[in-house]
Amino acid sequence: MPTCKEFLNGLGDYLDHAADPSTRELVERHIRECPNCHVVHDTTKNTIRVYRGEQAQEIAPQVASGLLDAVQRRAAMRRKPCDQ
Amino acid sequence: MSPVDAVDELTLVEQAREGDGGSFETLIRRYQNRIFRLAKRITQNDEDAEDVLQESFLKAYDHLDSFQGNSKFYTWLVRITVNEALMKLRKRRTGKEVSLDEGLDTGEEVVTREIAVWDGDPEQTYSQEELRGILDRTIDTLKPAFRTVFMLRDVEDLSTEETAEVLGLSIPAVKSRLLRARLQLREKLTRQFKRKGEDVFAYL
Ligand SMILES: [Zn+2]
Repeated sequence: MPTCKEFLNGLGDYLDHAADPSTRELVERHIRECPNCHVVHDTTKNTIRVYRGEQAQEIAPQVASGLLDAVQRRAAMRRKPCDQ
Repeated sequence: MSPVDAVDELTLVEQAREGDGGSFETLIRRYQNRIFRLAKRITQNDEDAEDVLQESFLKAYDHLDSFQGNSKFYTWLVRITVNEALMKLRKRRTGKEVSLDEGLDTGEEVVTREIAVWDGDPEQTYSQEELRGILDRTIDTLKPAFRTVFMLRDVEDLSTEETAEVLGLSIPAVKSRLLRARLQLREKLTRQFKRKGEDVFAYL
């Protein structure tokens, strides 16, 4: 049976669907046989899922308008380069 | 999706390049929240994140002509943002060591102490607000090198190669940092989300 350490070494590529066939086989076999690593795999996948799925918060209105102003000023400068 | 959202990125970039300010503003509105979150998670400071947000979009605007259509505009914008954010971080932390290599290659073992299943999906258990607070606080505890790699790979969806290039790291270094980041976050989130009073041994 593959060791927990071997499982951990392969886990990154496995989660990224980038593992070669023998690593994939090793990880999948270990997950079936070792309850701890089964949980580690599962909760790591969950961790990635919640971060990836989180919607970014709306930025504050004054931050948004500050950003638009800055870009518009830059655009105006570009239209009238002689005024600088 | 509103008709405005449906306009594809490349068309907007083309129009902005030709001087259509409205198109660039559409790009800003589309991405400003994500870009701010990324900047905030790297710098861990509101004021710095606001600066980074502004500087990144201005830089993108100034260099639209040099944007090659072979990557996505958003990926390009993320790269600009990461560079700006890391510069801020280094500036603020002068005196302290903030290299992206900080405390990394010490051969320390990755930790998987917290072995417990989660009590359902946190997306269902918590409000969006609560969950966001937990995710923010948790990722804030990671060192810059870890939280940056995690954000780029797992949240902003850059490839391993793109991440390596932006951060000036080798591909194995990106992979090892990403795994450690994921496991550290897993460890901390599990402490938060685990089914109370049970651990994996209950299932044996
Ligand atoms: Zn194991």
